[in-house]
Amino acid sequence: MSESETTTRAIQVPILTRVEGEGALHVRLRGNEIEQVQRKIYEPPRFFEALLRGKPMDDVADITARICGICPIAYQMTSVQALESIQGIAIDPGVARLRRLMYCGEWIESHVLHIHLLHAPDFFDCDSAIELAKRFPNEVKRGLKLKQIGNRLLEVLGGRAIHPVNLAIGGYYRLPRREELAALVADFEWGLQQSVDVAKWLGGLSFPEFDVPYEFVALSCPDRYAIETGEIASSGHSSIAVEDYEKFFYEVHVPHSTALQARKKPRDSTYLVGPLARIQLNYHNLTPIAKQTAQAIGIAPPCRNPHKSILARAVETVFAFEEGLAILKSLAMPSRSRVPYEVRAGEGVSATEAPRGLIFHRYRVDNRGTVEFAKIVPPTSQNQAQIEADLRQLLPLLIACDDTKIALDCERLVRTYDPCISCSTHFLKLHIERV
Amino acid sequence: MTKRKPKVAVVKFASCDGCQLTLLDAEDELLLLAESLHIAHFAEASSRLEPGPYDVTLVEGSITTHEDRERLLRLRVESHYLVTIGACATAGGVQALRNFADHDDFLRAVYAHPEYIHSLATSTPIADHVKVDFELRGCPIEKHQLIEVILSLIAGHRPRTSSECVCQPCKRRGTVCVVVAQGKACLGPVTQAGCGSICPAYDRGCYGCFGPSRDPNVRAWSDGILDGKSDPGHLANLLSNFNVAAPAFAQESQRLWQITGRIPEQSPGKVTDGR
Repeated sequence: MSESETTTRAIQVPILTRVEGEGALHVRLRGNEIEQVQRKIYEPPRFFEALLRGKPMDDVADITARICGICPIAYQMTSVQALESIQGIAIDPGVARLRRLMYCGEWIESHVLHIHLLHAPDFFDCDSAIELAKRFPNEVKRGLKLKQIGNRLLEVLGGRAIHPVNLAIGGYYRLPRREELAALVADFEWGLQQSVDVAKWLGGLSFPEFDVPYEFVALSCPDRYAIETGEIASSGHSSIAVEDYEKFFYEVHVPHSTALQARKKPRDSTYLVGPLARIQLNYHNLTPIAKQTAQAIGIAPPCRNPHKSILARAVETVFAFEEGLAILKSLAMPSRSRVPYEVRAGEGVSATEAPRGLIFHRYRVDNRGTVEFAKIVPPTSQNQAQIEADLRQLLPLLIACDDTKIALDCERLVRTYDPCISCSTHFLKLHIERV
Repeated sequence: MTKRKPKVAVVKFASCDGCQLTLLDAEDELLLLAESLHIAHFAEASSRLEPGPYDVTLVEGSITTHEDRERLLRLRVESHYLVTIGACATAGGVQALRNFADHDDFLRAVYAHPEYIHSLATSTPIADHVKVDFELRGCPIEKHQLIEVILSLIAGHRPRTSSECVCQPCKRRGTVCVVVAQGKACLGPVTQAGCGSICPAYDRGCYGCFGPSRDPNVRAWSDGILDGKSDPGHLANLLSNFNVAAPAFAQESQRLWQITGRIPEQSPGKVTDGR
């Protein structure tokens, strides 16, 4: 051990709570200089890409769902679409509408969870939503009710909210019953109205000043707010096809993390995916009430403050209710649940917008439909390097503070990302070393 | 007896968070539960992490690293009742497919620098390492069963969860049998009930996410289905997912893989000294 290390002042703060997965933050300060920032992820690896090899194609969506209990639809949908592209399947337009509706359900459930149970407590100096509920009982109960509606939709379309069972290559195993969907209309009408109130409540919070020169990356569609399809748009270059994702983005494996980190070519730069990036790139395609809400609460472009991501989630919740309601009201039930197909060998990709941002999958299958290769790039591994860059920008502003305050502010910044560490491979400890 | 609220901890090992999320998904019950319990440690939901001892500890996830094993051993000492929630904690989870594969090969397939990763070659259930007081099945667990388990243990009686197989609630749900009517392979007859028999109601066979039912005859199940026309590899795959390392499923999938003569790179068919 070198002498400087022996004189290190190290503080362990049990921290990144209210995130999904387990990680830690390691900061080394030399005087007022930041020497190192590392977000350690020690979530144990589960090797999904390896254990998919040899599996029948039909099992893939059931398995990839298990990467994340909060956003299983993102994994299932992206898997199924990539496999459908290999098989040359064009799904029925009615099925495509139902899938978009289903994805809206996951955005609602995941965003409302993060807003109320994970993030909002930070703005009121509470440790948890349970504590927050003592001061804001109606707001927390409203949040739980909204989340329940998202989950209810997933139950109707998927059989259950966590690890749904109904998505199949070519469509669904079974179409939802018309009356089950019709029963959701009143809930979605209530949800739309209440989600606007949630956004206004959050719009009244005070946010720390923080401006990050982000490159935003998100799927984008000409005619609608992108969720399940689109080209990959960026604030830094023109759009690229999903097929070209790996020409522009790559993953690196750093020693301190079981999660890979994505970087962008050609300059190894960091980039941001997720709700804030989506709103900044696709604001023009928001549904009318969502757009009005975005304007009213101050999240319309330009906004580069990660603390305001809670507002981005609130606006997307409004959007998901508005879009979901439109689909529910106009749905023409498809004539069949699934498109039949002949199995063929090949390779295919898909990207969709998970609640936390862009997710990319690539698979190769043989002529029996057995998986030979799988690659999965989740949103949190793409944001990982950006989170570390944000912390490097934040720390100089905090250097005069005591370690407890530094820990608290860093933790809060990381939490704005809604990092899903189970996905990218919980419990974050902040370790500040002063040398 | 004092009137203090029972202290509950929720702790995670290798898993997807879906089972602890089930507690947050109990939207109608969550705030009521929070009034009658003291949720002392639940990192996904609260920044206040209180040290043990705990009256009830809910454990999600399987043991896949040496550090996690050490953490579990400490946790057992601090917990009056230790309850596993979900297929990972109870049977090793889908990540237990690695138990039947070459771990180094898995590492190389996912990580550019396998030397940075420290994980065990196996994913094992909690009961392989410490005494478990109650096992709650499911991938994911079912919310009402979870509430039943918490409330029962606090009240001091054994949780009443069903020991039926998936078929019985499936009949009560009024679903037309997918095996009989459509010839689909369905793990319902040998799988623990609790999910609500969802898959057949969605026109597909059960894939066993609640694990083996009590004393299942899995061999009779596969013989019955193979007598129809199914491919043994298909049945073996059906047994080799979220409860792949549960002994009753592992044993039969191993036998089925031997029949096929084509053993995939990770499957219970490959092991000679399998669990």
